[in-house]
Amino acid sequence: MNPGVGTVYRWELTKLRYQKRTYLGLGAAAIVPIIFVVAIHFRHNQRGGDFAFASYLTRSGLAVPLVIILFGAVWMFPLITALVAGDIFASEDHNGTLKTIFTRSLERGQIFAGKALAAATYAIAAILLDGTVAVIAGSMQSGFNSLQSLSGTIVSAPKALELVYVSLLVYLIPIGTVVCIGLLLSSITRNSAAAVVGTLMISLLFQLIGILPGLGGTVPYLLSTQFNAWQGLLRTPIDWAPIVRAAWVCAMYGIPSLAAAYLVFLRRDVAGG
Amino acid sequence: MSVSPAESPPPVEVRGLVKRYGDLTAVAGVDITVNTGDVYGYLGPNGAGKTTSLRMMLGLIRPTAGTVRLFGRDPMLSVKALEGVAGFVEAPTFYPYMSGRRNLELLGAFDGHGASARIDEALEIVELSDRARDKVGGYSHGMRQRLGIAAALLRRPNLMLLDEPATGLDPAGMRDMRVLVRRLADQGITVMLSSHLLAEVEELCNKVAIIQAGTIVYEGEIAELKRGGGTSYRLATTDDERALAVCRAQPNIGDVRTDHGRISFTADDAAVAELSQALVEAGALIRVLTPQTMTLEDLFFSLTEGTDGARGERSIAGEHPESAEPAETAR
Repeated sequence: MNPGVGTVYRWELTKLRYQKRTYLGLGAAAIVPIIFVVAIHFRHNQRGGDFAFASYLTRSGLAVPLVIILFGAVWMFPLITALVAGDIFASEDHNGTLKTIFTRSLERGQIFAGKALAAATYAIAAILLDGTVAVIAGSMQSGFNSLQSLSGTIVSAPKALELVYVSLLVYLIPIGTVVCIGLLLSSITRNSAAAVVGTLMISLLFQLIGILPGLGGTVPYLLSTQFNAWQGLLRTPIDWAPIVRAAWVCAMYGIPSLAAAYLVFLRRDVAGG
Repeated sequence: MSVSPAESPPPVEVRGLVKRYGDLTAVAGVDITVNTGDVYGYLGPNGAGKTTSLRMMLGLIRPTAGTVRLFGRDPMLSVKALEGVAGFVEAPTFYPYMSGRRNLELLGAFDGHGASARIDEALEIVELSDRARDKVGGYSHGMRQRLGIAAALLRRPNLMLLDEPATGLDPAGMRDMRVLVRRLADQGITVMLSSHLLAEVEELCNKVAIIQAGTIVYEGEIAELKRGGGTSYRLATTDDERALAVCRAQPNIGDVRTDHGRISFTADDAAVAELSQALVEAGALIRVLTPQTMTLEDLFFSLTEGTDGARGERSIAGEHPESAEPAETAR
């Protein structure tokens, strides 16, 4: 069989299974909801905070994944995503293995595509794992109950569960952009730590810009804002505007990053290793 | 229409290869031709440009100027140019967290065309079958070198480019590597190897290119290189002072000098015979006359440093190292 993008993709997933950072990221994605639920359990007599679904945390476990993705956007999910996206090219430099794989029968473009898909797959897995653990742990703590939407209407538990997963999918739009930024920094810096930290810093920078006085007009177009687009799904009727905006704003950041990463990877000299 | 071997392009054809990094010229116009069946040594001091040019041959580095053709195809245009080509530059590298076998499975999958089916055979050839399930991170340098050869063999190559395959190996490892390269050559695989081990190159290779400061100072048969270097002799007589004068006066005797109490000179067989007679006639009877055939190492140092490496005293091309010309320039 002739090798192709699928070959690289499968082997990149295999390689991820051997690496500690994969388990570190997925482990964090799984354990944070559990810690969160334990915290709710011990603080159930106290009044909830002033944020979306805060008051529902003790009434429906389905509020738990939504609150976690709300706060996870600050640094947790960008970090988990960057752990692999920022490392996937840089680790080849670290191990000196680019020269090994570049002298086989695959074009550089195929290798790039396989790696990018693997990094995206890991990010998707981390978000869905986090959401699923949060639903299970939240339901065990607060029950599998109906949820009040942001418009005040009551949504049945099965419908709310569906909305939770669709929200997670919408959440993957800005996460995809973080993947692209991670790939770019991984490709440019050739250093895993620099790429992971750099990706996180860029995510935090977007949030910083959003709170700077005088820059309020930029807020709708910041990457950090797009992490809240899923909230449009929790309104009655559904507000598609933030979701549509998230799609093109994220594309605006993500596609140039991905294209630049591709060109750097394609044209780079492999002089080390 | 099939192409006869005589018409088929050579395994390696490099013309005017240049690589510059800013102001630094790492490779300054390399021309190399490796023909089918050659075991070709690529020699040069550290930093001379060997590895950089090998990387360009494998398509890892984009040349500033010049062309590389492997069996007539340009490795910078497509990885398809590497069909039938395998090897490694500097130390072969693998994923340390996976086993040797797993690494080969990955590379076999990246090769396609049934390469994975050859893993057992390749491991057998490099004698790594017993350690194939251990993580590469725990392999010794020699084991990684052998795994590198195994990875190359998966591609069932017609041409192998090996960058210092014996570097860092213990004497037994070096011997094994030599045997392995010889075996590959016997199987009809064209081999191009760079090495610091000149005795090894002399033993294994039929051709060499010597690179110095990014430029090829010799390319051709080793035998021809040694012929070009001439044979030197050391002489002791009953009257060395008179013998020295006779040597200097004798035609076809070159590079006459005293060296550690002996007279040394270069000459061919006929000139030595004539010199013997002249010495007898002059009353300087020969006590010792020893031919000193130049080794590849002597010639290497002559070409790269302009001195006799063993004695560090003379240039085979002239008195001044900076004016030294190669015994034979690149084709």
